[in-house]
Amino acid sequence: MKLSNKQTALVVLAALIAITPLFFPSSYYFRVGSLIFVNSIAVIGIVILAGYAGQISLGHAGFAGIGAYACALAPVHLGLHPAFAVVLGAIISAVMAYVVGRPILRLKGYYLGVATLGFGILVSMVLANEREITGGPDGIQVPDLGLRAIVKTMGLDLNNSEFWYIFSGLALILGAWVALNLYDSPTGRALRALHGSEIAARTVGIDVARLKLQAFIISAVYASISGSLLALQNKFITPDVAGFMHSIEMVTMAVLGGVGSVLGAIFGAAILTMLPQLLTVFAEYEMLLMGLVMMLVMIFMRDGLLPSILRRIRGKDE
Amino acid sequence: MSLLEIKGLGIEFGGLRAVHDVSFAMNEGEIVSVIGPNGAGKTTLFNMISGVYLPGSGKLMLEGKDVTGMEPHLLARRGLSRTFQNLQIFQQMTVLDNAITGYHLQERGSVLADLLNLPSSRHRAEAAREGAQKLLARVGLARAAEQEAGNLSYGALKRLEIARALALSPRVLLLDEPAAGCNAVETEEIDALIAEVAAEGVAILLVEHDMKMVMRISKHIVVLDHGEKIAEGDPATVSQNPAVIAAYLGTQEAEHADS
Repeated sequence: MKLSNKQTALVVLAALIAITPLFFPSSYYFRVGSLIFVNSIAVIGIVILAGYAGQISLGHAGFAGIGAYACALAPVHLGLHPAFAVVLGAIISAVMAYVVGRPILRLKGYYLGVATLGFGILVSMVLANEREITGGPDGIQVPDLGLRAIVKTMGLDLNNSEFWYIFSGLALILGAWVALNLYDSPTGRALRALHGSEIAARTVGIDVARLKLQAFIISAVYASISGSLLALQNKFITPDVAGFMHSIEMVTMAVLGGVGSVLGAIFGAAILTMLPQLLTVFAEYEMLLMGLVMMLVMIFMRDGLLPSILRRIRGKDE
Repeated sequence: MSLLEIKGLGIEFGGLRAVHDVSFAMNEGEIVSVIGPNGAGKTTLFNMISGVYLPGSGKLMLEGKDVTGMEPHLLARRGLSRTFQNLQIFQQMTVLDNAITGYHLQERGSVLADLLNLPSSRHRAEAAREGAQKLLARVGLARAAEQEAGNLSYGALKRLEIARALALSPRVLLLDEPAAGCNAVETEEIDALIAEVAAEGVAILLVEHDMKMVMRISKHIVVLDHGEKIAEGDPATVSQNPAVIAAYLGTQEAEHADS
C-alpha cells in the first residue's frame, strides 16, 4: 500500500520521536526533546496561519501566555484540575483570538504584523504588572499535572523529563495530524486559495474575513496549548512566555524550517531549540553565529530548510 | 425581467470618471460583449459588476434583486462568477486543487470536521474532486491535474480560470479577455467552450480584444469609450456605427503618434 503524504509525514514524525531516545547520552536530552515538541506545537499554529493562510502574527506568544497562566492560576483560584486548565486556557485564547482578530485581520502585511505585535505586548504587560494575581515579572508556580503519578500506579515509573518527552511527543503527533488534516480539507484549500489570490478566492465564494478569523483562532489554540504544556512541565512560568522574543522565535522557527509545511516547522523548531545548546562552545559568539545561520538559510534556502533539502534530494533522483 | 440588469453604473477614482452612467441588460444564454479602446473602463465595469469595486452610482440587479455593492463571495452564492484579465490563479496549488476551489460553496462545511478528517469532510472533498476532474477534462487540462499551476502555459491557465469559474455552476459568467495571449487554436477552443456554456443557459458577459471572436459569438455588443457607453446593438449594427469607428480609429491614430 502506498502511503499518502500525510501518512508518510506522521510515520516519520512518530518514528523520530520513538527512536531518537535510544541515542540520548543522558536524561538531559529528554528535556531538550520535550522543549522541541512544545515549541513545535506553537510553530504548527504559525504554519496554519502564515503558511496556509498567508497571514502574519508577531504576537502569538500572547496566546502561549494565556495558556501558561491558565495552568498556573485556574487550579489555585478556580479549583480546576490542571488538565481542565489547559482546556480553559485554550477556550480563553480562542475567544481572545476572535475578539482581537475580527478588527485586525482586515489589515494586511506589515500592518497586521504591528497590530498582532501590540496584542502580544499587551498580554505580557498585563502578566508582568498584575502582581497580586500573576506574581509579576518573577513568575509563578504551576501545579503538577498529576498524570505522571497515575502512570506510575500503572507500573511505568518515568522521571519528569522522560514523562514530558513522551507526553508532549504524543501531543505533537496529535497536533501535526490535525494540521495535516486541515491542509487537504475544504477549509485548508480555501485558506491556501486566499493566500494565493485573495480576490480570486472571494470570487469563488470564499468568505475571506471569516476564514482568516478561523485560521487565527486555530493557531491561537495551538499557541495556547504549547504555553500550557511548557508551564506544566517547568512547574514554573514567567511573563517571558508571552514576550515579544517568544513571538519572534515562533515565526523564525516556522520560516527557517519551511512555513508551508508541518514537518518543516517541526524541523525549524528542533534546529532553533538545539542550536543555542550546540553553539554554547563558542561562548560569546553564540548569538552572532545563530544570526549568521539564519541569514544564510534565508538567502540560500528561501522556502525554508526542509522543503529546500527535500527538493534537492528529489532533484537528484530525476 | 432580465437575468442581469445594469442601471446607470458609475465610479470615480480621485475625481476621474472611470465609468459613467453605463446601462444594459442580459438574459439567460446570451453572450454580450463589452468592447472599447484601452482604458475605456471595461475592466473597471467588470470589477463593479463582480463586487470587487463598490459602484459610486447606479444599480446592479441580479434576477430582479438589487445586489449593488454586494461582496464578491455573496454574489458568487447568487450565481455570478468571473475570470480575470491578469490571471488570478492559485500558483502554489495544483491544477486540480485550483479547480476544486471553484467548488468551495459546495464543499465547505464544519471546520471541526475538517480538522478531525471526519467522514463528512472527506465526502465533501471527494465530491468536489470528482466534479473538478470532469471540468478539467472539459477544458483539456485533465493530464495536467497534478502539476503545480504555476508551471502551466498562459493559454492553459486561461482555461483553468474558466474551469474554476464554471465550477460554481454560475447563472452569469464574466470573462475578462479569455483569449488574450492565446494562439489561434487555443482561441478557437475557448470560442467553442463559451458557445457551449451559453447554450446551457448561462449568460456570458465578455470583454475581448479579438474582434473576429467578438463579432462571431456575441448576440449583443456594448461599446465603451472614456468610461461611457457610446453604442450598443447586434454585431452588424455596432460595427457600422460612426461613433464606434471614430473611437477605434482615433485610438489607432493616437497609438501611431506614440510609436
